[in-house]
Amino acid sequence: MNAANPSIQLVRAQWLNLLRTPAYTLPTLLFPVMFYVFFGLVMLRGQSLWLLCTFGTFGVMGAALFSFGVSIATERAQGWLLLLRASPAPVSAVIAGKAFGALLFAIVIVVMMSALAAAFGNVRLETAQWLSLAGILTLGALPFCLMGLALGLWLSPNAAPAVLNLVYLPLGFLSGLWIPSTVFPGWLQSVAEWLPPYHLAALALDVTGTKAADWAHSLTVLGLFGLSFAVMTALGWRRLSGVS
Amino acid sequence: MDKPLVADCSALHYHYGSTPALAGIDLALYGGRVTALLGPNGAGKTTLIHLLLGVLPVQQGRIELFGSLRPGRKAAQQRIGVMLQASGVQDNLTVAELLALFASFYPEPDSQIGLLDELELVDLADRRFDRLSGGQKQRVLFALAVIGRPDWLILDEPTTGLDPGARRILWRAIEARRAAGVSILLCTHFMDEAQKLADHVVVLDHGRILEQGSPDAIRRRVPSDRIRLRTSLPAVKLETLPAVQSVRVGEDRTEILSRCGIETVRALLAADDSIEDLEVAGADLETAFLALTDSAQPEQEAA
Repeated sequence: MNAANPSIQLVRAQWLNLLRTPAYTLPTLLFPVMFYVFFGLVMLRGQSLWLLCTFGTFGVMGAALFSFGVSIATERAQGWLLLLRASPAPVSAVIAGKAFGALLFAIVIVVMMSALAAAFGNVRLETAQWLSLAGILTLGALPFCLMGLALGLWLSPNAAPAVLNLVYLPLGFLSGLWIPSTVFPGWLQSVAEWLPPYHLAALALDVTGTKAADWAHSLTVLGLFGLSFAVMTALGWRRLSGVS
Repeated sequence: MDKPLVADCSALHYHYGSTPALAGIDLALYGGRVTALLGPNGAGKTTLIHLLLGVLPVQQGRIELFGSLRPGRKAAQQRIGVMLQASGVQDNLTVAELLALFASFYPEPDSQIGLLDELELVDLADRRFDRLSGGQKQRVLFALAVIGRPDWLILDEPTTGLDPGARRILWRAIEARRAAGVSILLCTHFMDEAQKLADHVVVLDHGRILEQGSPDAIRRRVPSDRIRLRTSLPAVKLETLPAVQSVRVGEDRTEILSRCGIETVRALLAADDSIEDLEVAGADLETAFLALTDSAQPEQEAA
């Protein structure tokens, strides 16, 4: 590892940021796990595997949204992003650093939930299934990273946490992550089928052998969702250098 | 001038939506000297700096840096060090971590230990940025600006809000860079700072260059004398006296700016025989600057 490499230094700075803001880091990591313990392991013992997939989705989505959304909005307001853009820093490494951070969070959440599911929820999977589940959920965080990034570029640092919560909680609930959408009334079920977290959860349910998914359809929804926020990110970035 | 150009701006305009910020700037900045950019708030100083840095896109006109480079190009950015106004950093990093981070951006960075020593930050190296005082933060931001051994240093109000001690440390560091041949663009509200450090002064107002020249030349451009006195005459009466440019009634004494001190004083003495504490002095750069920006904006009365 080359200590003088700017990308490594920027990624390191992002990780130090996470380590040094436990007030943000711990709730992001522990809340979804806590919800899973309560709903998946205590309340609905028969649904431990199903809820592992859906609360896993809920957890990685939150990690992605918040690690991007709030921090970008704050750094923009602080003038940190401006100073980095004025210096020869590779700004792409700033974004990459956050993406690594979000993916690391996603892995930690998935591993904690899986361990709890295996130990207390009597969830039994093949090794390949465990790995597929972890892989799907971790990579599935990426479109939500883009959503967080786009919102962070457009929102003020004060508005960002509130707006992100307003998006995160209803989106998770309506996608059937808390209560399976199969018990929703018909009209609400058809709403759920339009939402990206529903499709990420569907893929997770598929690889664990819980419920078969339409891969082409789900991947298309997630891809289009990611793409639209990639466009919003690009527009937000242009706005940053044009109007601010 | 045989000095190389660090920046050449021509016919530079910039609008935020429909609000003009720069209205036709032609400016050549030569290497190896300190140029002070003066102007009231909203004059366009920060916009100009952001254009030079390439963090705002050039809308109209042209900027060339170091001969042929466009702003924002990495080759240009590596030769520029910058301290932005109200600039923040990731504030849970320590001083040493920030220096190491910025050192990694440049091909031949300066010694981190040397800089800590020069800016009297050695004892603070392991302290987080958010636990530093205002003056300590400014010194760290200056260190980040010079860590890459820049050819050109852009400082946007580097000493605003600083105590005299911290200001002296920064001035010393700026003078050391000038002595080493670094070109410096210094945006400041403090005239003593411009007068002490600058070789060349550019006065900006309402997005235009009003005047430029040496600090002495700028001062001479407005041949103002400053008269201070205690008098019983009301301001409206004082304003009608010969050569008077402006009158400001202070708590203690009244201050009059005059185009010809002797003429005004003669009329004063004739009009009021109770005058006390009379003092006449040549106007300094601050006075010259105020006179320049006021006369460019005649509908606004000086405070």
